[in-house]
Amino acid sequence: MTLVPLLSVRDLSVRFLLPGGRRVDVVSDASFDVAPGECLALIGESGCGKSVLASALLGLLPANARTAGHAHLGDLDLLTADERTLARAVRGRRIGLVPQSPAAHLTPVRTIRSHIEETVARLTGVRGRAARRKAAEQASLRAEFPLGHLDRHPHELSGGLAQRAATALALVGDAPLLLADEPTTGLDRDLVDRTVDELRRHVDDGHALLMITHDLAAAERIADRVAVMYAGRIVELADADAFFGSPGPRHPYSRGLLEALPERSFTPVPGLPPELGNLPAGCAFAPRCDRATDACAALPPFENTVACHHPVPADTSHAIRTPEDTRA
Amino acid sequence: MLELRAVTAGYDRRAPVFRDAHLTVAPGEAVGLLGPSGCGKSTLARVAALLHRPDAGEVVLDGMPVRGFRHRAPREQRTTIGVVFQQPRLAADPRLRLTDLIAEPLRATGRRASAADRVAELADTVGLTPDLLGRRPHEVSDGQLQRACLARALALKPRWLVCDEMTAMLDASTTAALVRVVEDYRASTGAGLLSVGHDRTLLTRWCDRTVPWEAVAAG
Ligand SMILES: Nc1ncnc2c1ncn2[C@@H]1O[C@H](COP(=O)(O)OP(=O)(O)O)[C@@H](O)[C@H]1O
Ligand code: SF4
Ligand SMILES: [Mg+2]
Repeated sequence: MTLVPLLSVRDLSVRFLLPGGRRVDVVSDASFDVAPGECLALIGESGCGKSVLASALLGLLPANARTAGHAHLGDLDLLTADERTLARAVRGRRIGLVPQSPAAHLTPVRTIRSHIEETVARLTGVRGRAARRKAAEQASLRAEFPLGHLDRHPHELSGGLAQRAATALALVGDAPLLLADEPTTGLDRDLVDRTVDELRRHVDDGHALLMITHDLAAAERIADRVAVMYAGRIVELADADAFFGSPGPRHPYSRGLLEALPERSFTPVPGLPPELGNLPAGCAFAPRCDRATDACAALPPFENTVACHHPVPADTSHAIRTPEDTRA
Repeated sequence: MLELRAVTAGYDRRAPVFRDAHLTVAPGEAVGLLGPSGCGKSTLARVAALLHRPDAGEVVLDGMPVRGFRHRAPREQRTTIGVVFQQPRLAADPRLRLTDLIAEPLRATGRRASAADRVAELADTVGLTPDLLGRRPHEVSDGQLQRACLARALALKPRWLVCDEMTAMLDASTTAALVRVVEDYRASTGAGLLSVGHDRTLLTRWCDRTVPWEAVAAG
């Protein structure tokens, strides 16, 4: 792909400073791009650092967090921008946030129309009641929220419509980058599919989408590329077709995660993820990895698409070959 | 057998969530109940776990009709059923360390003395490391907390397990790990399982038999 990235993240690290001088590296050296018209899915187990990475991009980290690296959105570095810029010019305007739980994002006592009109007033230059009303209805239509339901309150909506209402809010500012953190958690499969298909439409309309999820089926359905995170590091960054189809993931952890699916071998990755505050030296996956060798005591650099000393060979479609075999 | 016979249940007698539900789980059998969100399957799961009193119909456990529900459920019936819910955070007292969370049913049934050993054994079964046991719910991930909730459900060696969307919040690997724990437990004890959910692929892979909601209850 030769797309010009909209968001370009380089060596992003986030650490939390804890009482007693302790330090937890929650995100380490993350680098990736997202282009307009493209969806990058960031996948990984809960607690691996995905949401902290999203908060870093939005300038919503708690006070004890420290960041390093760069996250360029156009010419703006999100990591060094001041809160005033982020609040007034970035959140909602240049980055639209699709929330995890739409219900928690909507005020129970106000109608959906009132939510959207308020957001229109806050984020756009539209002035005057009639114009605001029209802009709110246009945003609703873009999110396929039925106009007949605009005067309802959040509790009068099904889960799917509440999700569309939240998406409509995220679209009001017409932000070029959409960021969705677990937008399908707790929804049933039909609703996951519909939510994901709607988000995909916004990608096809030219938005860039960074979607954070632990739902591999949702990621497969929507993503152009996949970034796999383990213990705060991106360990694989691959084309979605190659990742979910053939030749499949190359990092042993990604492979294990996919193999755990009930439609595949339904076998868990053995063990538990490490504590971020107590990471082993070298590859953090080593205690759970069946390919680990002495070399894995050193941190594997990210090369091509994976950070691993012994990635699964790219071509396993004909026979299982080890690197030694190929050389012989 | 765990049987629901003509059960009608809900939160308002005039408008029950479902009517006339029939469902049977045989000892050692794993039954998946498949339905969309909001259809009432969680309510049915709570009835089957004796946690919600039906408006009509009966629950029959090993041939004995259940006479009371919730705190009125007879202890010998209540303790034969272990239950795991979708959202571990709503099902766990935030003040308890995981070790005490797992030990809750042991304490409640006067098995305090043997609790420490049993908790260690259960923690090992569900894959929780000793350092996690001293933590409170907010200090562990959803997956780790759900492991503790499953350990709690197994504490009294139930003959029946009721799982309501046990893995809906979890990643693929943790899902496969917890299903394996349940299946290993069932293989060694012959316990029956009612697993309620919306994920057809998961339930058909997991269970001996999967029934659609429409075949079980009327709305
Ligand atoms: N405690 C409650 N009080 C009132 N209504 C409830 C309660 N719990 C669930 N309901 C309602 O019962 C219906 C079925 O819910 P539930 O059994 O949770 O379905 P499912 O598990 O299929 O999502 C829903 O309409 C829900 O709003
Ligand atoms: S670097 Fe070594 S331990 Fe880490 S994933 Fe690769 S083979 Fe496994
Ligand atoms: Mg439910």
